[in-house]
Amino acid sequence: MKFGVVVFPGSNCDMDCYHVIDQVLGHPVEYIWHREQGLAGYDCVILPGGFSYGDYLRTGAIARFAPLMDAVSAFAARGGLVLGICNGFQILLEAGLLPGAMRRNDSLQFRCHDVYLRVENANTPFTNRYRPGQVIRMPIAHGEGNYYADPETLAELNREHRIIFRYCTGDGDVAPEANPNGSLENIAGICNKDGNVLGLMPHPERCSEEILGYDDGKALFMSVLHWWGLKREREVVARG
Amino acid sequence: MDSKPAWAEMGLTAEEYARICDLLGREPNYLETGLFAVLWSEHCAYKNSKPVLKLFPTTGPRVIQGPGENAGIVDIGDGQAVVFKIESHNHPSAIEPYQGAATGVGGIVRDIFTMGARPIASLNSLRFGSLDDAKVRYLCGGVVAGIAGYGNCIGIPTVGGEVSFHPSYTENPLVNAMCVGLVEHKDIRLGRAAGVGNLVMLVGARTGRDGIHGCTFASEELSEESEQRRPAVQVGDPFMEKLLIEACLEVIRGNYIVGIQDLGAAGLTSSSAEMAGRAGTGLELDVSLVPRREKGMTPYEVMLSESQERMLLVLEPDKEEPVRKIFEKWGLEAVVIGRVTGDGIYRVRDGKTVVAEVPVKALTDGAPVYHRLGREPAYYREKKNQPVDTVPVPEDLGQVLLQLLADPNIASKEWVYRQYDHMVMTNTVVRPGADAAVLRVKGTGKGIALTTDGNSRYCYLDPYRGGMAAVAEAARNLSCVGAEPIGLTDCLNFGNPEKPGIFWQFEEAVKGMSEACRVLEIPVVSGNVSFYNETEGEAIYPTPVVGMVGLLPDIARRCTPDFKDPGDKILLLGGFSPELGASEYLALVHKIEAGRVPGLDLDLEKRVQACCRSLVREGLIKSAHDCSEGGLAVALAECSINGNVGALLEVEIEGRPDAFLFGEVQSCIVITCVPRDLAQVEAAAREKSVPYRLLGEVGGERLVIREASGRALIDQPVGEMRRVWQESIGNYF
Repeated sequence: MKFGVVVFPGSNCDMDCYHVIDQVLGHPVEYIWHREQGLAGYDCVILPGGFSYGDYLRTGAIARFAPLMDAVSAFAARGGLVLGICNGFQILLEAGLLPGAMRRNDSLQFRCHDVYLRVENANTPFTNRYRPGQVIRMPIAHGEGNYYADPETLAELNREHRIIFRYCTGDGDVAPEANPNGSLENIAGICNKDGNVLGLMPHPERCSEEILGYDDGKALFMSVLHWWGLKREREVVARG
Repeated sequence: MDSKPAWAEMGLTAEEYARICDLLGREPNYLETGLFAVLWSEHCAYKNSKPVLKLFPTTGPRVIQGPGENAGIVDIGDGQAVVFKIESHNHPSAIEPYQGAATGVGGIVRDIFTMGARPIASLNSLRFGSLDDAKVRYLCGGVVAGIAGYGNCIGIPTVGGEVSFHPSYTENPLVNAMCVGLVEHKDIRLGRAAGVGNLVMLVGARTGRDGIHGCTFASEELSEESEQRRPAVQVGDPFMEKLLIEACLEVIRGNYIVGIQDLGAAGLTSSSAEMAGRAGTGLELDVSLVPRREKGMTPYEVMLSESQERMLLVLEPDKEEPVRKIFEKWGLEAVVIGRVTGDGIYRVRDGKTVVAEVPVKALTDGAPVYHRLGREPAYYREKKNQPVDTVPVPEDLGQVLLQLLADPNIASKEWVYRQYDHMVMTNTVVRPGADAAVLRVKGTGKGIALTTDGNSRYCYLDPYRGGMAAVAEAARNLSCVGAEPIGLTDCLNFGNPEKPGIFWQFEEAVKGMSEACRVLEIPVVSGNVSFYNETEGEAIYPTPVVGMVGLLPDIARRCTPDFKDPGDKILLLGGFSPELGASEYLALVHKIEAGRVPGLDLDLEKRVQACCRSLVREGLIKSAHDCSEGGLAVALAECSINGNVGALLEVEIEGRPDAFLFGEVQSCIVITCVPRDLAQVEAAAREKSVPYRLLGEVGGERLVIREASGRALIDQPVGEMRRVWQESIGNYF
């Protein structure tokens, strides 16, 4: 399975994502420059964290116009896996690949620390190696992670089980005190209708190796590999 | 109207101006005067500090590049090296805290990647007045936000540092930024304009009118008029910096360039003149070719602008096209503005007209060197000899401990470092809050450890001991995580060196630091001097800050300060003879800043540190934390809070209980081990002639320190200690 890590000017978690795919998972991965126009040959595309174009206007607001983003939309429409982490999530929102918007953290400060997350839906290409309701840890590092969506969208996300991660306490309680940024309903990550596009604010690539403290993020990447393996099997069976 | 001559306006003295006329054999024109004024400022020429800085030991088997370049370089084996430097951005931060601090980060980061290294970590050392003051809160909040705003965007983790508070910094905060980079030996580049006929290329941001005479501003005292200096503060663009890092590293790794230097203080003038000075060449620049942000700029303004995020490259003519293409890919301008000459002359043209023409050496090496007179200030003996053991012993020592834990100087700095991205690059193995940060070096089993330290109260009361202590404590912090100190960078923050009392502080502090470096065998490879930290004639406390880098041969063998498991034995390594004098306790509780600074036996210090490191490497100890501000009781409380577990300690008090608990001491480290390793730990200490004592064991939910008689001196729930320690700083905002 081949991964691509998109590099926008100002991306700064691109090397970290590359490292995890290459060194931890041992799978093929390439950087994809923002000016490229196609994504042929890739199976999963990661939009990494950072400050694309400096994020001087609104996070992700410029990056959505990058030449590559049309290809990302088409890739997603074909069922390709798209993972947006932090700034990548913000870009997916601006690009309309995921619903809703980000506001500044309610603290009005950048926040970098570990959070607990509850896995709300373990039946996606990105979460199938977690247990439903499992409480995991991941670091956050953002100034604008305060997720907002109108009530109809929110109801739809809930109804369709598209809220994938919520901030919670260590005991799994989705409580206001566990919310690091003011996000509606403690939302930390959501997916699209088909489940092949995931955006999340926490950084799984920062917790995929024991030496960094814990490796709860690794299962997210392992989920992608697992899902891909099953898909391949189905395809082989279908072709007979 | 001010009728001062131009040279005086620019900060030159009459003697200096006369010297320039001598060197040139004529009077300099306005632009030439400006060139001399910035290059001869203290900030660029170190004219007041040079003779004293010579005291530092700067060589060692690992040193690849000592002081004199943009940053120092120290070998870490496997063909790799670390590049690091610390620098002040105090005056800009006093006027405009967000941009002052942000551009401080930007500047030091450029100093690192200009050497060919990828920046991998930032640290900072901050000093503010008391947080009770609203203006101080504005400065502190702004500085922290500025460091975060810039550092987070460029994707370099801010992994450590220190923040402390004292009224002497009320108007003149200190913002010292350190950056560390990693480089393969073969990629090291120096700031040299070598090769006659080679091109000089300016890359990155356009040049505007911002920051003109910033370094002259940094070399004078703050006053009411400083507010008018606001235009001398630059504005940072971290996005541009991020692009510049990637593009510059790409041209360096591709071996396209001969020399490279960032445009820092004194902008184009100092970077180009210093590059030519180091290479022994001449240089010809045409200011009309410099891309500008605004119309109508004079050659003077172009040459002295301190617009940020610009670099100067020297390359062979046939490399122009490929280099320009790489910068274009990153969306950056790259323009040839001149060439290297062989005549040793620094020539500036504006199109066809020559607007300045002076010998390079006159600019870079012609500055006078002042051997200032130091004189012991009157306060020194008086404070030193002031008896401090007459203060009453507080009744409730537990309350005193809580008071100390809530003291912003001791309290958790989480409010600060949670605003910094300290994990990006996924190398941060030991995060902020420990004695030192530890980063892995990907692709190897090695780690590097980083810390900054300095105790300005010690330096005020005894600059010699204070200077020694800054070096010793930094090295001790590295030893606590298991790292061997391999190099040091210093930021020397003092008042006006023209005052004998200030110069004496400076000289004594450097002597003390040098002695500690010599005994502990740690070379000084880079540094920065910041004088004139005074407001309306009042100097800050003398504040030498030490940034230190350590090496862990095997990162799997590292240590953190937190107590681990119930039943673990707690020992104290080192000779324990705490002093009330100069302590945080004395200042906080009794409002006295006087007495003798704790003594420091450097030979013992060295043995204690070596012992601690070898215990970590042999995997015999589970935690290590040094005793510093707040003494033994605070050190133990921090171990408990971080480990979320209590401890029971039984001690034999010698002298006053408050001195025993909160008095300060050098060369002491609290360690823990499992009971079965205790004998081995003790044997290791004896073998290295390191005194030690068994204090007690980890366990329970309270920190209990009691006398042999059974009387409890301290009995505090860990949760309560954590609450006051963790919430204190945030409560001010």
